[in-house]
Amino acid sequence: MSNQNFKKRHRAEKRFKAYGLISIVAAASMLAVIISSMAYKAIPAFNNYTLNLEIDMSNQSSNSMIEDINYRGLLRDSLFSLFPEIEDRSEKRKLSKLISSSSSYILQDFIIENPSYINKKFYFNVLFTDDSDLFYKGYVDTSLPESERRIDDDEVLWLEYLYSLGRVKNKISSNLFLNGDSREPEVAGFFGATIGSLITIFVTLILSFPVGVFTAIYLENFAVKNRLTDFIEVNINNLAAVPSIIFGLLGLAVFINFFGMPRSVPLVGGLVLSLMTLPTIIITTRSALQSVPPSIREAALAMGASEMQVVFHHLLPAALPGIFTGTIIGLARAFGESAPLLLIGMVAFIVDIPGSISDPATALPVQIYIWADSPERAFVAKTSAATLILIGLLILINLVAVILRKKYEVKW
Amino acid sequence: MTINIDLLISLSLIFVSGLLSFSLAKGRARLHLVNDEPLRSMPIYHGLYVSLWTILPSLSLLISLLIFKSNILNFVVTPYLSESIISLGLDEIIYVKSFLINNIANLTSLVESEFLSKDMAYSLNEKYYLGRFIIFSSLVSLSLIFSLITYRNLSIRFDARRKVEAIFKFIFFLFSTMAVLTTIGIIFSLIFETIRFFSHVSFFEFIFGTHWSPQTAIREDQVGSSGSFGAIPLFTGTLLITAVAMSIAAPLGLYSAIFLSQYAKPKTRDWIKPILEILAGIPTVVYGFFAALTVGPFVRSCGEYLGLTVATESALAAGAVMGVMIIPYVSSLSDDVMSAVPVSLRDGSLALGATKAETVKKVIFPAALPGIVSALLLAISRAIGETMIVVMAAGLAANLTANPLSAVTTVTVQIVTLLVGDQEFDSAKTLAAFALGLMLFTITLVLNIFAMIIVRRYRERYE
Repeated sequence: MSNQNFKKRHRAEKRFKAYGLISIVAAASMLAVIISSMAYKAIPAFNNYTLNLEIDMSNQSSNSMIEDINYRGLLRDSLFSLFPEIEDRSEKRKLSKLISSSSSYILQDFIIENPSYINKKFYFNVLFTDDSDLFYKGYVDTSLPESERRIDDDEVLWLEYLYSLGRVKNKISSNLFLNGDSREPEVAGFFGATIGSLITIFVTLILSFPVGVFTAIYLENFAVKNRLTDFIEVNINNLAAVPSIIFGLLGLAVFINFFGMPRSVPLVGGLVLSLMTLPTIIITTRSALQSVPPSIREAALAMGASEMQVVFHHLLPAALPGIFTGTIIGLARAFGESAPLLLIGMVAFIVDIPGSISDPATALPVQIYIWADSPERAFVAKTSAATLILIGLLILINLVAVILRKKYEVKW
Repeated sequence: MTINIDLLISLSLIFVSGLLSFSLAKGRARLHLVNDEPLRSMPIYHGLYVSLWTILPSLSLLISLLIFKSNILNFVVTPYLSESIISLGLDEIIYVKSFLINNIANLTSLVESEFLSKDMAYSLNEKYYLGRFIIFSSLVSLSLIFSLITYRNLSIRFDARRKVEAIFKFIFFLFSTMAVLTTIGIIFSLIFETIRFFSHVSFFEFIFGTHWSPQTAIREDQVGSSGSFGAIPLFTGTLLITAVAMSIAAPLGLYSAIFLSQYAKPKTRDWIKPILEILAGIPTVVYGFFAALTVGPFVRSCGEYLGLTVATESALAAGAVMGVMIIPYVSSLSDDVMSAVPVSLRDGSLALGATKAETVKKVIFPAALPGIVSALLLAISRAIGETMIVVMAAGLAANLTANPLSAVTTVTVQIVTLLVGDQEFDSAKTLAAFALGLMLFTITLVLNIFAMIIVRRYRERYE
């Protein structure tokens, strides 16, 4: 009887332990699933199929304005010359839609940089549109009925013909990393958003680091224990748990509506994120200061140092690694934050790369949100790639924080 | 642009005068040292004392000017709007105002613009230069006055260090009030806009109404022209998604915590904990994208396989992904509280012959219960306030349902949809977002305070 009971209890024990293990494995495997599904979906974002077209500029007079040349026409003529049998206007229009509408601007930029090509015949690589590009990458299922796919039978024939001419090349593309946003998925990139993020985080750092560290020093070393101090402390702890979107509402009501600051700019984004990051920095700085043993402080005081000198000559240097780690972790969170930025208008479609704190900009996580909302299928790959980069950056930043802590942490 | 240059000039004025007074005061104190007189504070403190008093008053004037920059410019420019522009409507007025503000320093573009007569343009431009002169001279004179007063205070016996430290202490105190100011700012901005909202929509309709469709019609006579603002479906939607999330996060998080704190070897623990924490570190927009792209369609096709109708933006998909995000919040907090249960309790139970599982269930878990409850409360408050996952993966239509397979919307989704994009600021539609924000803030605040109180009591019990 008791033996049976014993076995039962041990089975329960094993089961209990297995539940724990399963939970951890489940959580960890979700992480793996998320990252690997993103990686798998991101594959098409790193290359582009290009079409080698012969551009004939020999009858352009060199004294005509470079901006006035009809680049679109040049590209079309070149494309049509590959399909001499197509005469119908609407068919021609359909044909010209195979290549990216951004190609004419790219060609124009190329000519402006290399004016010597005017009067010459030369070969130029143009991008396909996102749909044609996906066709070459094998993402278009031609067995589906024509109405259910973005590339119809004519276009399939044309694209296959172009391929058989040997003019189609698969190139690794840096568009994703070096371009700003665009309505055309084939040229859209997150460089502008990354710069916007960096400017925003810079503002956040400049504002939240000194305020956070000095607040922590004040509360830890100078504040008299009274109601006001208690109130400040409770406040900080509460702020740390306020949903981020509330900070967005605050930014909208106070910075934009009351103080009349412009929308969509990194300055306001940085302000909002710094208010959000402040509690994290204060809390970690305080615990870093607390971990410095009191003997250090007492020794310094005994040698005649003032309170201020104790803090700045002894406590702060000793606590600095911890403070940096906390700040980095706080900034990493701000870097991945998007909800408050949506509310202050950093969700606009912005092509230009921002150059200052008062230029309209967006942020990397918000760019992901914008792309995820776009209907074009090619944006799925772009979004996944941007996501991977974002996760990679954040893991890197956190790794730096951990290494910093391991390397410089003083063991007392 | 020119205003930025003005800012640069003002800053350099302030800091040059600060530097000058610093070196003057320090030099004077040095002189005492050279003459072998007993100086009470180091010369550098003399310098700092005077230069801080030189810089800080004018710097705070400059900062307050900057904060109210747009209000001041607005005030200056408003009298220059001609009748014809005012009659054109709000958008035009805003456009003309911003044109005038941006070009206030640029006489030629003011004269050439169609908004101002030539005389007006000259007078506006003159006002700019006058204002600039007043600001620069008041900054300089403020610096001068304070540096003279403090410079006269200096003497051999003067305890400059203590004064400087007092100034620093005061600055630190000001910084520490930032957190309070933020809270005050949040509360006031939310309450202020919410009161304005309730002048459009009655309080009881908002709290007890079951129909939410905030679109206000273009024409007055259209059906539903006023929009309806019953927030009940939003709250039930939020609760539904939170419930789904917690039903995943609570068991997985708790069992993970039990395994980590009771079974895992310290080495295993050292590398499992960071992996779980990565889950909390992944940006929510990534979870949102994952939920919308992968989990939503997956849940739907699973449902179809079982013969159920599932919305693509089902509460189940959004909630499940949110649950995964919250696992580390539950696990790391409850791991901490379970590890903090005194070892004597655990050892006592094990010594009586209980298995580890029995020890956890009968001894450790009850002892750590308050801490675990507060961990769960914090996780719930996270889930309620979470925005990006639901914005991307949950629906927009406010359905009053408890079926996790249908699409529901949440408070945060509505805040975002009401406030993103073009908006005028007085409509009930945008103000409703602030009312929802106030609700959200209050609910999470109450949850957090509860959690904090519970943890504090629990700590007292074992310390």
